[in-house]
Amino acid sequence: MLYRTAGQFKTSYKADQALFPVKQDAILLGVILVFAWVVFPLAASEFTFQTLLIPILIYALAAMGLNILTGYAGQLSLGTAAFMGVGAYACYKMVTLMPWMNPIVAILLSGVFSAGVGVAFGIPSLRIKGFYLAIATLAAQFFLVWLFEKWAWLYNYNASGAIQVPNLEMFGVYVAGPQADSLVQYYVVLAIVSVMTMLCINLTRGTLGRTWKATRDVDIAAELIGINLMKSKLTAFMVSSYIVGVAGALFVFMWRGAAEPNLFDIPLSFRILFIAIIGGLGSILGNYLGAILIVGLPVVLGTLPAALGVPIASSMVEHINVMMVGALIIFFLIIEPHGLAQLWRLIREKLIIWPFPH
Amino acid sequence: MLNQIFVAPFVDMFAAPDFLLQVLWEGLVSGILYALIALGFVLIFRSSRIFNFAQGIMVVFAALTLVGLYEMGVPAWVSVVLTLGVMFILAVSIEKIVLRPLVGQPDIILFMATIGITLFLIGLGEIIFGGENKVMITEALGIPTGSVVFEPWGGLLILEEKDITAVGVAGMLVVALLLFLNKTRMGRAIRALGDDPQAALSVGISLQTIWVLVWFIAGIIALVTGVAWGARAGVSFALEVIAYKALPVLMLGGLESITGAIIGGLMIGMLEKLFEIYWGQPILGGNTETWFAFVLALIVLLFRPQGLFGEKIIERV
Amino acid sequence: MLDDTKPASAGQTVTDIALMELQNITLRFGGVVAINDISFDIRQGEVRAIIGPNGAGKSSMLNIISGFYTPSEGQILYKGAPRPAMRPYEVARTGVARTFQNIALFEGMTVLDNVMTGRLTHMNAGIFSQALWLGKARNEEIANREIVEKVIDFLEIQNIRKTPVGRLSYGLKKRVELARALAAEPSILLLDEPMAGMNVEEKEDMSRFILDVNDEFGTTIALIEHDMGVVMDLSDRVVVMDYGKKIGDGTPDEVRNNQDVIDAYLGVAH
Repeated sequence: MLYRTAGQFKTSYKADQALFPVKQDAILLGVILVFAWVVFPLAASEFTFQTLLIPILIYALAAMGLNILTGYAGQLSLGTAAFMGVGAYACYKMVTLMPWMNPIVAILLSGVFSAGVGVAFGIPSLRIKGFYLAIATLAAQFFLVWLFEKWAWLYNYNASGAIQVPNLEMFGVYVAGPQADSLVQYYVVLAIVSVMTMLCINLTRGTLGRTWKATRDVDIAAELIGINLMKSKLTAFMVSSYIVGVAGALFVFMWRGAAEPNLFDIPLSFRILFIAIIGGLGSILGNYLGAILIVGLPVVLGTLPAALGVPIASSMVEHINVMMVGALIIFFLIIEPHGLAQLWRLIREKLIIWPFPH
Repeated sequence: MLNQIFVAPFVDMFAAPDFLLQVLWEGLVSGILYALIALGFVLIFRSSRIFNFAQGIMVVFAALTLVGLYEMGVPAWVSVVLTLGVMFILAVSIEKIVLRPLVGQPDIILFMATIGITLFLIGLGEIIFGGENKVMITEALGIPTGSVVFEPWGGLLILEEKDITAVGVAGMLVVALLLFLNKTRMGRAIRALGDDPQAALSVGISLQTIWVLVWFIAGIIALVTGVAWGARAGVSFALEVIAYKALPVLMLGGLESITGAIIGGLMIGMLEKLFEIYWGQPILGGNTETWFAFVLALIVLLFRPQGLFGEKIIERV
Repeated sequence: MLDDTKPASAGQTVTDIALMELQNITLRFGGVVAINDISFDIRQGEVRAIIGPNGAGKSSMLNIISGFYTPSEGQILYKGAPRPAMRPYEVARTGVARTFQNIALFEGMTVLDNVMTGRLTHMNAGIFSQALWLGKARNEEIANREIVEKVIDFLEIQNIRKTPVGRLSYGLKKRVELARALAAEPSILLLDEPMAGMNVEEKEDMSRFILDVNDEFGTTIALIEHDMGVVMDLSDRVVVMDYGKKIGDGTPDEVRNNQDVIDAYLGVAH
């Protein structure tokens, strides 16, 4: 009876287009937001911030960016990590060239650079489709990582070839760098990711969202009903790469603290693709569910055996983790190809009619 | 700058033709291995529309199994046979556990499943054989390790015997595959599957059998590639990267074209080597082989979306 | 056309004004001539049928009108002016909407969203306005939703509004596709075999909808159909094609008595 929607009538299209037409959804979201903004920050340890909360949010954001491109607009990309790299390096250059710059502004601006690069590498999508395009995005992946390594200006000619996040201050508080507090960083990440999620929800449910989905489902029909495919695909690349770039800047500035070029190599691209797919392509919620699973699994695997009194070497944990993720991907694809979000949708449908069978 | 790009490389090529030959030979060795892996992709794609990302890890897994068995004291050639057995079991398991439940799902789902297989095999391989590098058992397999020296135009051309062996074995495997595909009933069924699944099935071979077979062939290819490449660079998970190189080959040659895979592979192998030596290292700081093939394929596809060997597609509503 | 202020019984009659004129259209694929020097016109407010045996080039003709193919020779006059070479989406924006022989709905979206895609040519809020769901984007969304709801009412698909189209029956999908095309408020509506694969009851429904669209909104309709009975009942004028050539043109009665047409359908050797 908890999820009963009967009796909640809509009297205007405006009400029907509200973000949460069903009251219970709004309540559930409210509870989650209270946990995210109040309960977790009060209760979480340094370990929880660094291994779960912050990375889950950042990975969810990166997956959301990819999901716009692949899940909504139907353009499979295997180069996500490289675009995260563009965001991270752009942010690094901005804060080192212009140290007076507000760090959050720098992070949000760094997405502009990755959006530009994303559009450039999106141009082939106008001629190339499907797997051919996926391979083409690998060109971006390999070329950009090579560039991060060879273009010394990007990392300010450091001998190490890596970028180190300097201490960055905002209103007298360190928000990035070695002296920044995890709690502060968590709030910065949470705020940015929340706002971006909101914008993504709006974009995907409106005109642009329908344009993308039409392009994804039947591109020829989409063009014949008046959709400019070039515009549709390139805006998808632009929006997607922007979000991915911001996620990349957060990844380095709010979490890792430093980065080498190979951090943005293909395994990271795949990890984000898994999150998007296991979470559910064409879903915003799914990115969070997928990120919780992919980020949470190694933590559980790493702490559970010790808690049970069966110590396993950390390298073994890593190997088991890789294997488990592989098995889980196959498992989820078999039981629900549309991902965790779809699973939740089905559960919710059941809850709406519960306790009656129909 | 213009001189460096348009003149100097060609001057160098003419000044030292023996070195040019050396470069082309190195490229050819890589190229034939790319072609071989691409062929594995094409077979699986034609028979099941699956874009098999696990091809790369199969190379590593096969090489690790071979070396691992040998280190356990199994004689080299017995290890080869046992490894083939392992690859067969792998093909059967993949068909039964992964592919069969996913029949009829969209292409991207099947593609993801092969990435799942990739991760599973990486984890499994590391658990069984450890994550550290191993040395390919080149001598134990009787592969010659000397080198043949030529002196064309008074210069110097060194061909390593293990490379010659690799080219020879890979070439023979390609020929054997072509014969199999063209001359046997099973082979023709595999080829026909890409064009007309119903007709192919009417010859009385079940889809499951064909799938197990193509994955097993991909396994054999993986073993040969693993040995050949392992002999040059050692056996580690980094080997996976060479399988990525088969991807631009597929872009150039087409996902379904057998000829395309072979010619595309050789072309990419030689061109990326030429580019690296004559342009990449002098101008760009080297290591361009990581991306050259992809960028080349991308540029070609911008002008010929159907690839070098595909026919122009007329779109219909 | 979906304007409330206009009396529903506007009942436009067929006019003599040509909305579109196809002049000496030829279409070749390599060496194959799909359409050979065909000319005909489509008049404002009429239902124009294109018929012919399989492979006659009917679908190619429709694809030329909707801009999917560019004719190798000949020109199209539209609303009195020659139509320049255009991409299909630009043609759609000049008021040409269509349905497809093999339904081309967006399977991953609900019925409502599918019909809303028909309005995309009328929506132009910027990306920032959309992302913030404020101002223009929001008003546009509500205004266009109202028009779409009228189409949904008109075609009697209210109860499946929020159903993903993948779950619908074939007949309903055809109707949703018509709704999507209609939502664009087209000047000319192209229907590619609207009754193909339908049972008798579904065909009757669809015929009624087509006639209603033509009567109530005065929409000009060009359609391809195999069912001769349906074509003769629905259309004001008929073009008959065979092997890429035009072999007849006129009212249903004229066409029915045309010797070339009878030969083509009875299979007289050429």
